[in-house]
Amino acid sequence: MTETPGRAPLISVALVSFAALGSEIVLNRIFAVVHWYHFAFMIISLALLGFGASGTFLAIARRRLLSHYAASYLVSIASFGVLVIVSPLAALSLPFRAEALLWDPWQPLWLVLMYLVLAAPFFCAANAIGLALMAGRDRAGRVYAADLAGAGIGSVAVLGMMYWIWPEGLLRVVGAVAFVALIVGAVELKAMPVRWTVLAAAGVTLLALLPSSWLRFEPGPYKALSQALRVEGTRVLLERSSPLARISVIESSGMPLRLAPGLSLNATAEPPEQLGMFTDGDAIQAITAATDDPARLEYLSRTTSALAFRLAAPHHVLVPEAGGGDEILRAEQHGAERVTALELNPQVMQLLRETFRGYTGDLVGRGGVQLEQGDARGFLQRSGQTYDLIQLSLGGAAGGGLGGLNEDYGYTVEALRLYMQHLEPGGFLSITGSIEIPPRQGLKLAAMGIGAMRAQGMLRPSHRMIMIRGWQTFTLLLKNGDVTPDEVALTRAFCDEQSFDPVWYPGLERRDTNHRNQLPEPWYYDGVQALLSDTAARYLEDYPYRIRPATDDRPYFHDFFRWRTFSESFAARKRGGMALLEAGYLLLVLTLLQAVIAGATLILAPLRLLAPPHGLGRAGRLRIVLYFGGIGLAFMFLEIAFLQKLLLVVHHPTVALGLTLGTFLVAAGAGSLWADRTSAARARRTLGLAVAGILLLGTLHAIAFDAITPLLAAWPGPAAAAAAACLVAPLAFCMGMPFPLALRELEAPLVPWAWGINGCASVVSAALATLIAVDLGLRNLLWLALALYALVVLAFPSRGAGIQWKSSL
Amino acid sequence: MTTRSTLLTVLSILLLLHGGSPATGAGPSARDAQREALVLEIERDVRETAAYINRRELDERVLAAMRAVPRHEFVRPADLELAYQNRPLPIGHGQTISQPYIVAIMTDLIEPRPDCVVLEVGTGSGYQAAVLGELCRKVYSIEIVEPLGLQARQRLGRLGYDNVEVRIGDGYYGWPEHAPFDAIVVTAVASHVPPPLLKQLKPGGRMVLPVGTRFTTQQLVLVEKHVDGKVTTRQLLPVAFVPLTGGHD
Repeated sequence: MTETPGRAPLISVALVSFAALGSEIVLNRIFAVVHWYHFAFMIISLALLGFGASGTFLAIARRRLLSHYAASYLVSIASFGVLVIVSPLAALSLPFRAEALLWDPWQPLWLVLMYLVLAAPFFCAANAIGLALMAGRDRAGRVYAADLAGAGIGSVAVLGMMYWIWPEGLLRVVGAVAFVALIVGAVELKAMPVRWTVLAAAGVTLLALLPSSWLRFEPGPYKALSQALRVEGTRVLLERSSPLARISVIESSGMPLRLAPGLSLNATAEPPEQLGMFTDGDAIQAITAATDDPARLEYLSRTTSALAFRLAAPHHVLVPEAGGGDEILRAEQHGAERVTALELNPQVMQLLRETFRGYTGDLVGRGGVQLEQGDARGFLQRSGQTYDLIQLSLGGAAGGGLGGLNEDYGYTVEALRLYMQHLEPGGFLSITGSIEIPPRQGLKLAAMGIGAMRAQGMLRPSHRMIMIRGWQTFTLLLKNGDVTPDEVALTRAFCDEQSFDPVWYPGLERRDTNHRNQLPEPWYYDGVQALLSDTAARYLEDYPYRIRPATDDRPYFHDFFRWRTFSESFAARKRGGMALLEAGYLLLVLTLLQAVIAGATLILAPLRLLAPPHGLGRAGRLRIVLYFGGIGLAFMFLEIAFLQKLLLVVHHPTVALGLTLGTFLVAAGAGSLWADRTSAARARRTLGLAVAGILLLGTLHAIAFDAITPLLAAWPGPAAAAAAACLVAPLAFCMGMPFPLALRELEAPLVPWAWGINGCASVVSAALATLIAVDLGLRNLLWLALALYALVVLAFPSRGAGIQWKSSL
Repeated sequence: MTTRSTLLTVLSILLLLHGGSPATGAGPSARDAQREALVLEIERDVRETAAYINRRELDERVLAAMRAVPRHEFVRPADLELAYQNRPLPIGHGQTISQPYIVAIMTDLIEPRPDCVVLEVGTGSGYQAAVLGELCRKVYSIEIVEPLGLQARQRLGRLGYDNVEVRIGDGYYGWPEHAPFDAIVVTAVASHVPPPLLKQLKPGGRMVLPVGTRFTTQQLVLVEKHVDGKVTTRQLLPVAFVPLTGGHD
C-alpha cells in the first residue's frame, strides 16, 4: 500500500472550508432571489452531495491521488476556486424554472443537471479536505478541527459581509479565498509554491476582471417583480441586499401600484400614489406617498384590519411588522397618539427613515411614531410597555403554500400569549390574514388564540373574540376583557357598511353568517364554533389540513400539509388545484427522497460493488455506515434544533444562524483538536466520555433551555448572544470528538468512505431534521439526536467487528 | 468518473433530442378530436367539483364555445402538442394562457347571453376573449403588456373575432366609453377589486376574478351587483376536494 507522509495542511484546509461554507450561504441567497426559498434549499442541499461523491471518488482513486498527494490536493483547491464562480453562472444559465414543472416534462432533467453543475465546486473542496484527512489521518483531529473552524468562521464572516457586499460580489470573495488557500497549501506542502502562486494570482485577477454584468442574478421571469417590470413606465428605484433579503423598490407610471389587500367592495376611492417594495423579487409591500387629500386614504378604513379602530380609539398602537409603513399610516389615520413600529431589516428602516422620508411625509419621524429594530417577541420581552392595540398582518394572498416550512416564532401560542400580556385592559390583539378555501390560516389562528387565552387562564375565550371576513381577508380580534354589546353592535355595523361578514362574536347565530361573501357553507363560523367546543380535538384531527396550533416546539404556522388529503390534492393539481398541495412540505419531502437516493447511489452502491478493501466484511461495512452516518445525522439534528432555540434568544434569523454555525463549528473544531491529543489506546474511553458529555449536556438543554430562554431574551442583544454561545459551546465541543476519534483508527482505504458517508448523512439530515421538527417537534428532534449519539457508541469501529485497524496497531 | 461521464452524455443526448423535437403537425380533424376530448374532461371535472362550484354542469353554449375556439392558435409553436392539455402554458413576457378548465368555469360563472357586452381585464394570449367572443355580442379587452396586447389583437383579427376589441392600457379604470358592462372578467390576479370596475358593472351584472398566483388559482370569486346596487360575492374552489367536517351540529 502506498503511504504518504502525514503532512496536514491545516491552514489551507481551514481556508477551503471557509470558502465552501461561505459559497453555500451565498448560493442559498442567490437562489432564493432567482427561484423560491424552498427550491433554493432543495437545490443547494442536493449540490452538497458533492461532498458524498467526493468520498466515493477518493475511495476509487485513492492510491493514484495519494501517490501525487500534493499535486492532487492543490489541483482540487484550484478547481474549487474556478468552479465556485463558474458553476453558479452555468447553473443559472440553465432553463430551469420551478413554475415550468407544471407544463414542461423536461424540467426535471434541467433540475438534475443543475444539481450536478452546482455539486462540482463542493466535490472539489471535499476532495481537498478528504485528501488531507487521508494523508494525515494520524492527525485527523487537527485536520477535522481546521475544517470545522474554517467553516464556522467562514459562515459568520460571510453572513456579516452580506450587509455590505452583494451575494454576486461575495462569490468573488470566496473564490479569492480559495485561491489564497491554494497558495497557502503549496507553501504548507512545500510543493512548487511559486508556480501555484502564479496560478492563484492569475485566478484572482480573472475573478477581479470578470464583468459585473455576468454576475448579476435577477429574479426569475415569473416572480412578481419581473412581472411588474414588464409594464412600460415601470422602473427600479433602488435595491438593497442583506442576508435577510434583497429589497427592490419600484415605481410605475404605466400601471401605478395600488396595494390595498382586502379592500371593501363598497370602497369608492383608489389608494394614493405608492411605491412597490419587493422582498426577493416577490412579497410586495407598499410605501404610500403623503397626500393632503383625506379621500385618498379612505382605503385604510375600508379593510377588515380596520375593525379594531372602529371598535375603540386606541391611544397607543404596536405595529410588529412595519414593512412599507401602511399599518403605521392606518393607526395615525385613526387617531392613535403613539405608534411603536418594529422592523427586523435595518435596510427597510433606513428606507423609511431616510431615503423615502420626503415621499412618505416623514411617516416614521413625526411625533408619536417610534420605529425600532427587532421582532415583537424580543421587543416585548425586554419591555414592560402595554398597548391598546397590537396590529399584526400575515401579509397578502398566500402563494400556494411555498412558505410552509419557514419557522415563525411570531405566530405561536406562546407568542400570542405574550402579545395578550402586553395589552391594556380592554385592548385588542388584531391579526389579519388571507381567505382560503378550504380555510387554513384563519382557523389555525382562531385555534391558537383560543389556546393562548386558555393558557392565560381566561375561562371564556368565546366572549373575548371577534372575527370578520371579506372576500379576500379575515381579521381576528382577541380582547383583554369581555366583548361588550356595544362592540358587537359596532362590528355588525362595520360589516354592513363594508360588505363584510361576521365570523364570530358572542351571541352570533349561524343564520346571521355567510350572506355577503358566500362560501358553500359557513366554514369559518362552523370551524370557530367547533374549536370552542368540547369536540375541538376531534375537529382538528378530522380537518383535511394541519390547523393544529403552532407552538414554540413546532413553530410552523404556515405548514398545513396532511398526508391524509395528499392524494386528493395531488389528483386535483391538474385541474387548478395546485394551491391545495401545500408545496413547501412536499418539496422538503422531495429533497429528502432525492438526497437519500443520491446518497445511496453515491455511497452504498459503490461500497457494495467495489472490492471490499482489506477484507472489510458486511458487519464492518454496516458499522462504518451506522457510525459515520449516525454522527452526521445527529450533529446536524442538534445544530438545527439549537438554531431554532437560539432564534428565540437573539430574535434575529441572521444573528441566530451565524451564532449557531459559528459556535457549533468552532467549538466542535476545538473538541476535535482535543480528541487529537488522546492516545490511540484511549480512543474508545474518550469517545465514551464525549458521548456521555453530549447526553448529559443535551439532556440539560432539553429540560432547562426553554426555561431560561425568556430570561436571556430580556438581556441586551450581545450579552444574550454571548451567554447563549457559552451555554451551547461545551455541548458542541463534545460533538467534535466522535468523528476524528473513529477516523484515525481506520485503515487508510476506509477513510474516504467514512468521509463520504458523513457528508451524505449531513445532507440528508438537513431536510430530515426539518420534517421531524414539523411532525414531532423540536424537543423530540433533540432527543432523537441524543439517542443517535448513544447508539453510535455501539457501532464504534472495533477489531472484532471485521474492520481492519490500521497497520500500526 | 466513467459513470458520471456516461450520465452526462445521456443527459446531453436527451436534451438535444428535446431541443430538436419538431412541432407536431396535427390536422384539423385531429385538433377537433383533441378539443372534444378536452371538453369531455372539463365536463367530468365540473361534475366532480359540483359541491364547490355550485353547479353540476356547464351551460351547453359555453361548452360549444370551448369546442369552437382553436386553442392551438393561442400558444407558442413549441407548445402546439400541449395546446389541448388541461394546463396553463407560457406565452412569453412572463405570462401564461389560462388552464381551459378555469376559462370554462369563469366564462360559465358570468352567465353570458348572446346580447351581452363584456369587459375583460388582462387579454394575455386572447384565448379567454375568443371564448367570450363566441358567446357575446361585444367583448372589450385591456392588456397592459404592449407586445402581448398587439399580438392578441392581431391574432383575434386573423381568426375572425371581429366582435373583440383589444386596447393597450391599465385595466384598473376599465373602459368607461363602453360602460356599463353586463359582465367583467378579470384574468389577472389583483390586490383588490378596482372601484372603477364595480362602477362600470351594470346592476344585475357579474364579475369574476381569480385569487392566487399566476399558475395556481386558489379560488374564484364571483362578484354580483344586484339590482338594488348591493354587492355580494361567492367564493368557489374550482377543484374537487374532500368535504369539510363540521365537527359539531
